[in-house]
Amino acid sequence: MDFFDNHNKLFGAAFLLFIGLTAFVAVLPAIDNEQNNAPLPSAVPLSDAAIRGKALYVSNGCVACHTQQVRNVDMDKVWGQRPGLAADYASNRRTDFWRNTATLMGTERTGPDLTSIGSRQPSREWNLVHLYNPRIVIKQSIMPAYPWLFESKAEPAKEDVVVNVPDAFQRQGMTLVATQDALDLVAYLQSLKQAELPGAAGPPAFLYAKQEQKTESTDQSTQSDTETSENGQMLYATHCQACHQESGEGLKGAFPPLKGSTVVVDKDPSLIVNIIMRGYDARQEYGAMPAVGANADLSPEQIAAIINHERSSWGNNAPKVSVKEVEQIVQKIKEMPVQ
Amino acid sequence: MTAVSKYKIISSVCLLIYLVATPVYANSLFGQAVMLSVGIVALVMALGVLFIAILTKNVVQHDLINKINPGKQDYSRYLHNLNSQQISLLLDRMGKKQHLGVIALAMLSLVSFPSHAQSSQPTADSLLSQGGILITIVLISIPVLAGAIFLFFKITDTLNRYRNQQRVAEAGRVAVYLGGIEGEDLAETLQRRKDALDFALSHNELSGALPANDHKGLINNVEHEASLPFVARKRKAHVRPKVDPQLSRLVTWFIITATFWLVFGTTVGEYIGIKFVAPDADQFSWLSFGRLRPVHTNAVFWGWASLAMLGLGNYVVPRVSNTNLFSIKLGWYTLILINTAVVLGTLCLMAGINNGGGEYREYIWPVMLLFGIGLLLTLINYFKTVASRTTKEIYISNWYIVSSVIFGIVIAVVAYVPLWQNGLGETIIQGYYMHQGVGMWFMLFTLGIVYYFLPQQLNKPIYSYSLGILAFWTQILFYTLIGTHHFVFSAIPWWLQTVAIVGSVGMIIPVVAGTTNFLLTFKGAWYKITDSYTLPFFLTGILFYFTGSLQGTAEAFRSTNLLWHFTDFTVAHSHLTMYGIICFLLWAGIYALMPRITGQEPPQITVGAHFWLALIGLLFYTIPLMYGSTMRGLMWMEAKPFIDSVSFMAPFWLWRAIGGSLMWLSHLFFAYNLYRMMVTPGTVDIKKTAFEKLRSIDHVS
Repeated sequence: MDFFDNHNKLFGAAFLLFIGLTAFVAVLPAIDNEQNNAPLPSAVPLSDAAIRGKALYVSNGCVACHTQQVRNVDMDKVWGQRPGLAADYASNRRTDFWRNTATLMGTERTGPDLTSIGSRQPSREWNLVHLYNPRIVIKQSIMPAYPWLFESKAEPAKEDVVVNVPDAFQRQGMTLVATQDALDLVAYLQSLKQAELPGAAGPPAFLYAKQEQKTESTDQSTQSDTETSENGQMLYATHCQACHQESGEGLKGAFPPLKGSTVVVDKDPSLIVNIIMRGYDARQEYGAMPAVGANADLSPEQIAAIINHERSSWGNNAPKVSVKEVEQIVQKIKEMPVQ
Repeated sequence: MTAVSKYKIISSVCLLIYLVATPVYANSLFGQAVMLSVGIVALVMALGVLFIAILTKNVVQHDLINKINPGKQDYSRYLHNLNSQQISLLLDRMGKKQHLGVIALAMLSLVSFPSHAQSSQPTADSLLSQGGILITIVLISIPVLAGAIFLFFKITDTLNRYRNQQRVAEAGRVAVYLGGIEGEDLAETLQRRKDALDFALSHNELSGALPANDHKGLINNVEHEASLPFVARKRKAHVRPKVDPQLSRLVTWFIITATFWLVFGTTVGEYIGIKFVAPDADQFSWLSFGRLRPVHTNAVFWGWASLAMLGLGNYVVPRVSNTNLFSIKLGWYTLILINTAVVLGTLCLMAGINNGGGEYREYIWPVMLLFGIGLLLTLINYFKTVASRTTKEIYISNWYIVSSVIFGIVIAVVAYVPLWQNGLGETIIQGYYMHQGVGMWFMLFTLGIVYYFLPQQLNKPIYSYSLGILAFWTQILFYTLIGTHHFVFSAIPWWLQTVAIVGSVGMIIPVVAGTTNFLLTFKGAWYKITDSYTLPFFLTGILFYFTGSLQGTAEAFRSTNLLWHFTDFTVAHSHLTMYGIICFLLWAGIYALMPRITGQEPPQITVGAHFWLALIGLLFYTIPLMYGSTMRGLMWMEAKPFIDSVSFMAPFWLWRAIGGSLMWLSHLFFAYNLYRMMVTPGTVDIKKTAFEKLRSIDHVS
């Protein structure tokens, strides 16, 4: 055939076919997407510190292990309150003359998704310790340590941000201080939150929800009301362990112990439910605790399971709380005026 | 025979009952397994009963026939197929007319299947879905089954003994018959038959009695003192007309620098693999995981694979056009530009300067521009070469190779032009870019190389030209669509995800067409694999082309995305394909080409070490990783704490590091082989030198 024996025609045809398909699946959808999406009105623009932090996030290749996308599937519920939308990424523009846009969606989840890490783990103290060496707070972690974002000083200045790490992790007689880079990176992490959707329109649904769970518990009436189908230890590992540790001993100078804590073993669970739902920042010597319960939208059953796990572990031996009790307290908290 | 068909009907009814019953009663996975084994046992038992029944029937039939008309049987059939000794015995006796003897009989050996029977239908009971009940059933059925098997052997044994009694009796009757036969004609026939059987060849009918002599010099490499071969002897490369030394030098340098990037890139890869096991191996910013990962991927992509492909392309494109390369100089510029790009890119990445985190798009644009210019110069060079070809047709290799260079440039331009990169536009382009880079640059170019070297190494034409053309066009049509399957369930438009999934399924066509074409080219030449050191690489690459590519199709579905997306399954897949396909095929091409250019061959033992370490390493790397990440995906779906899924992966990451180490070691062997193919050995060849001396003496005199 002449067509196949003529190099201009042959390669011209291949080129045109490829260009046409490229326009159809890449260039035109990309242009359409950037023209028809705007940031949500409730989205907060990045602060200067957060912009610098994002550049550090990019240059250290954090995207190799951390995604920033909540997919519309049930298993991604743990990473955000709603599936991600095109509008969530609309504010990403070209970084600068040298660098492309950094949407940072990622394709690998070797580490956790960070879409809403700013709500899930807003504590600056925790993030700094974790960045200095992740294994201080999570011993199974395989995340790299970032010691070059910190300085060791004999005598820190007044404005320096001191990071309390166990003695084994730093030189003796020195004090660990966060550099501006570390603070910027944490500012970026703290800024990562899902913006509220405007108006009455609900968020898109999570697909592939698990259904079989409900059918088996037909004889729930026989269960005592302090026992739930939730696994307290698993929930503790997901929501609490990063700070308070598996041993319940917390971390000296950063996170308080739950082992032998009067708040935990108190007969009246009001205070502990309150702390789980609304966070806590009353003690100077420890970092602030985020509103874990509200952020993760924990149910009364789940909260009761966590409390009961804490009340019965590490030598703690307090009476268990019932779901009903927790439910009442949660209800009361919700009715309280927001400050 | 009616009896047999009856049993057939019975057994098929049993099978049918089993098949119908299975889905009804087997809810749990374990239940299904038990049902399956019950079914198999029932089937085996039915076969056993059938067997015993046939045996019994034969025995009874035989008995009956003998009772009805004893002694009236025709024994002459025993005169067929006698051997020489039997005939001489018979002839002797016929001569002497004596009565004697029993003729030996062949015994029928019996093949037995264990069994005893009852059609084991599952009782209709919901209890069957409970583990404890099932385990009890299994435990009880073990002695029952053992008893059944014992009974089966007892019965067959008894039947056999009875049958043999019958046969001995018949043998006696046959002996009497044989003793009684006589006649001249028969004796003559038997004598002729005996002579025929006793015939033997003299073993030199074809060669004749003259001593051997190789007048035409067809036999080479005669080993006079052969020792035990520790390494299989492989054929040497054919001695071919010398390749243009300038082109040789260019190609050699492409391969040398490519090999450098292979060793460098995989050293980095090996190190970051170790970091999964020992995250505190070092704490320098330039060596941290997030920075080294793109150094690894980009170095092996743009450094190793691209340079190796272009090097081989510089040879293949002019060769199949039956002309010279348009410009050697353009080739050198490309070589320098691409190497510079990879050096600068590596330094930038380690210093923390990258483009925004898109995979394989981490080099900033000034760096990638050098690479792009390199490709553009290559395109000009190849295109002009093809334009000045002396053949009428454009051989299929050049379809693939030239198109892939065109597409490579298009992909780079689309990925780096900032006009459509805001917001999710960046992600859509990213999906397109990373997959087109793999499929339309690496895969297409490598296929072009295979279409030249595979037929050349097999010394036969490619099986089907039209299958190659079909694969070419369908690859462009479907592969271009599949980019966004890396972002299934993300905020990217749903229709675009669906198009990508459909395109991934369409990829079955070019993959099956290509694989079929290559494997059928092997047809009739499979024996060549054992004495070639390039063909095993080709075959491995082709097999991974099939499995790896179809695995990609399987991964693109929405359901499999739930399980595997974001896990290390993707990493395993990309190594199965980029390593299993591209690297193996490139090595095959290099081992085929370099001896032709330099006249030096690599030692076979180190080529073998390279091949086996790479293959075993790849399997150690990918299989545990695929298993572990499947389990990890399940843990995520069950909402287990994330950190548990990290601890769970630890052993699989260790396996990955072990497999990676083997792969890395194989690259050192490859580098050594390349060295041996380039450098003439330093030891003096005594024979050659002696003859040179002789010649110079003659010259002087």
